[in-house]
Amino acid sequence: MVEQKLKVTLLTGRTIEQGVGKEKGKSSKEYFDACSMCYMDAGDMAKLGIKNNTNVLVTTANGSVVLKAVKYPRAATPGLIYIPYGPWANAVCSHATTSIGMPSFKGTPAEVEPAPTKKVLTIEELLKTEFGR
Amino acid sequence: MSIVQSVTCPICGCLCDDIELTIENNEVVKVKNGCAICEAKFLGYRGHHRIKTPLIRKDGKLVPVSMDEAVHAAAEVLANANYPILYGWSSTSSEAQRIGVELTEEVGGVMDNTAVVCHGPSILGVQEVGIPTCTLGQIRHRADLIIYWGCDPWSAHPRHLERYTSFAEGRFEKSEWKAYMQKLKAQAGKKKVQSATRSGLIKTQPPRASSCTLPGAPPSALSKRGRKLIVIDVRKSMSAEMADFFIQVEPNKDYELMQAIRVLIKDGELDVDKVAGVPVEYLKEVADALVNCEFGVIFFGMGLTQTAGKFRNIEVAISLVRDLNMRTKFLIMPMRGHFNVTGANVVSAWQSGYPYGVDFSLGYPRYNPGETTCMDVLIKDEHDATLVIAADPGANFPKKAVQNMVKHPLIVIDPHMNATAMLGDIVFPAAFVGIEVEGTAYRMDHVPLPLKKVVEPPEGIYSDEEILRRILEEVRIIKKQKAQQKVEAT
Repeated sequence: MVEQKLKVTLLTGRTIEQGVGKEKGKSSKEYFDACSMCYMDAGDMAKLGIKNNTNVLVTTANGSVVLKAVKYPRAATPGLIYIPYGPWANAVCSHATTSIGMPSFKGTPAEVEPAPTKKVLTIEELLKTEFGR
Repeated sequence: MSIVQSVTCPICGCLCDDIELTIENNEVVKVKNGCAICEAKFLGYRGHHRIKTPLIRKDGKLVPVSMDEAVHAAAEVLANANYPILYGWSSTSSEAQRIGVELTEEVGGVMDNTAVVCHGPSILGVQEVGIPTCTLGQIRHRADLIIYWGCDPWSAHPRHLERYTSFAEGRFEKSEWKAYMQKLKAQAGKKKVQSATRSGLIKTQPPRASSCTLPGAPPSALSKRGRKLIVIDVRKSMSAEMADFFIQVEPNKDYELMQAIRVLIKDGELDVDKVAGVPVEYLKEVADALVNCEFGVIFFGMGLTQTAGKFRNIEVAISLVRDLNMRTKFLIMPMRGHFNVTGANVVSAWQSGYPYGVDFSLGYPRYNPGETTCMDVLIKDEHDATLVIAADPGANFPKKAVQNMVKHPLIVIDPHMNATAMLGDIVFPAAFVGIEVEGTAYRMDHVPLPLKKVVEPPEGIYSDEEILRRILEEVRIIKKQKAQQKVEAT
């Protein structure tokens, strides 16, 4: 049965594409392609009834962001989504520092829902929407 | 055309110092020995994202101004601020970091570096229990068991395996590269057979490898000869694919897993079948490998510092290493991200006594993570100005922190037009450290290495050091004038 929303654990981290993208420039196509996406488990994508490269809306207690869902190629990771570090990941990450200065970038509870008609914002659009500049 | 050898790569904490660059007409045209990120930096540093002149936000838009105007505006902001944050420092030279401490002391602000969102918890863990560590050279030559816990060097430190661990040809331990290539070939062959079986070219199913199919029996990958590589992560990363043994831990449960391994290496019994989603018999195999190695090392990353437990994870990881040293030789090292984040901690520590999150607002250095760390100051909106240098919090800080950052004047010093520069009020273009300016950087094992200048910076673009020095001089002039005005008024 196709579900409307899926409860997942949000992880963020590095990918080699993100590393190359950040050196080519934060407004480069490489950085946009590398960071405005999330890796999802193929089984989870089937549960939501979406195909590879479909846009999804990721929501946490801190906000929501539209990202391109990409099937995680290496192994099954049911219940996990992985967003490479960048402004898109930080739109939904938890800022709770648990009194030691470090926000909780990994292991945040999140919800994913299909959003095939919504657009992934570019870095300029995202900064404008979130910070008004 | 000239070739420059032994260039130190200014990207990650590996600080590979065997890069060979070909320079033509003051431009890098060829990179040898570097990884994908290294090539992207050396070949792309002159790209469209480069900031060309100082900029100031006027009527909502960044407009070009002269260097003097920008320096004066930045100094005015800092001299008049009560509690400014001076953040970043990790992608610049230690020489610039030193002036940063002086500037922060002068303006009575908070000096914090990117360790706060990286290995800050590791530093807290080390302050609790100490750290048994070494230089990477020792590991390259002697380590026979390498563990990457909560990190993916293939993505973040692409040459770490090749230069310092499993795939390095050491004096006493040899490279596992050939064995890895053979494993890949075998896997490719197996896939071909499977695909041929599926398409009907082969009628009978080939027998499966017995080691993985026996119920309850873990694979015997750790009984092989030579260097062993264990990866522990919440997902099968690229580094996990290279490992002899991969353990998939449930998110936020690394602490439990480490405590379970501590019990096992002390010959204790666990009365559960699984810990953090990992069957105990797998953990027993790991515990055996840990105790029976001659020289083991744990490298750890954000998988431990950013998940539940944070610095407690590091504390228990170091305690595990301490326990292991009762049985064999074991060491531990954090995988530092930015090329000079270690330097930022070292410089801050030798100048102020504390490695990060140092508050100078009372006139003397104070350190209380959770209060004086820039993330907490930002979230509580206690600051009234920010200077960001050689980092990109606009892209890498949680939304609320950046929202509070842009409420007050934001000064940015960076070569790139990154997310923070796009949000900035006063933006300085800087020369690239390690390409256009020389300096010193500390490798992840605290070894200082020289960074080379291989090309001239574009005209009118100064080093971080020079920009900071000019701002500091201007701040002193403004403060002197204010003091004089005060005296005259009374």
